[in-house]
Amino acid sequence: MRWVWIDKFTDFQSGIRATAIKNVSLAEEHLHDHFPGWPVMPASLIVEGMAQTAGILVGEARKFEEKVILAKVKRASFLKEVRPGDQLRYDAEIEHLTEEAAATIGRVTLDGEPLAEIDIVFSHIDNNMSGLVFPEENFVFTDEFKSLLSSYNVSTKNA
Amino acid sequence: MAMSRDEVFEKVKDVLVDALGVDDDEVSEGATLTGDLGAESIDFLDIVFRLERTFSIKIPRGELFPDDIMNNPEYVENGRMTEKGMTTLKNAMPHADFTDFEKDPDVAKMTDLFTVKTIVNYVTAKLAA
Repeated sequence: MRWVWIDKFTDFQSGIRATAIKNVSLAEEHLHDHFPGWPVMPASLIVEGMAQTAGILVGEARKFEEKVILAKVKRASFLKEVRPGDQLRYDAEIEHLTEEAAATIGRVTLDGEPLAEIDIVFSHIDNNMSGLVFPEENFVFTDEFKSLLSSYNVSTKNA
Repeated sequence: MAMSRDEVFEKVKDVLVDALGVDDDEVSEGATLTGDLGAESIDFLDIVFRLERTFSIKIPRGELFPDDIMNNPEYVENGRMTEKGMTTLKNAMPHADFTDFEKDPDVAKMTDLFTVKTIVNYVTAKLAA
């Protein structure tokens, strides 16, 4: 299994907002344990989907030069369960973006109905950990994540 | 119309309750952010963002919470703030109360300068400027 919890971007406005969707499938193995006979997407993975949507938005805003790390979930509230066959829509918006950090506001909807609110603070770790040195390469934004964005760009060009 | 100090305090309290998940009766003027309210380093950024939004002000990096002084060898010697460091810090933080820190300038205690009152003083001065 790959640690990618969004399937594609459907909107991407650089430095402003992004929308991604996630199709929940019974082929995801963890759903068989969470819970046996009653598969429900874990709320922690809904947070991860938002962290990826918002994190790529924040990373792209600085041309992927910063290592963007989730530093704090400011708020996460959930209104209902997510079941196999559901399609989640993640809307993320940049609230603050500075040299050292970013804050995002996130809303998750299911069939147009509110499902979750997830606000996050990200740290640009090279600018923010007083003297700690991290590897040169950007280990946060692997090709797996960047390809989500390039396939969005390809699909909008073809549209 | 200018906001009174009490109004600033009430709004700062709301910011800290939301950012740190504390009860509003824990947020007194004398409470230290790290020691009493359990703030961690990333919370300081979150607090700065929230203050900017709440009061519609811009807070340049290091103005409210100077973070570069402790890393300067000229200002810190054997874990204690040097006289030069103290002067620099006092100039950088006119909004803080240095009474206790000057008696015992152990840098481990520097975070005690970051109290609720420090924020209220800073915001009040900023709004009046």
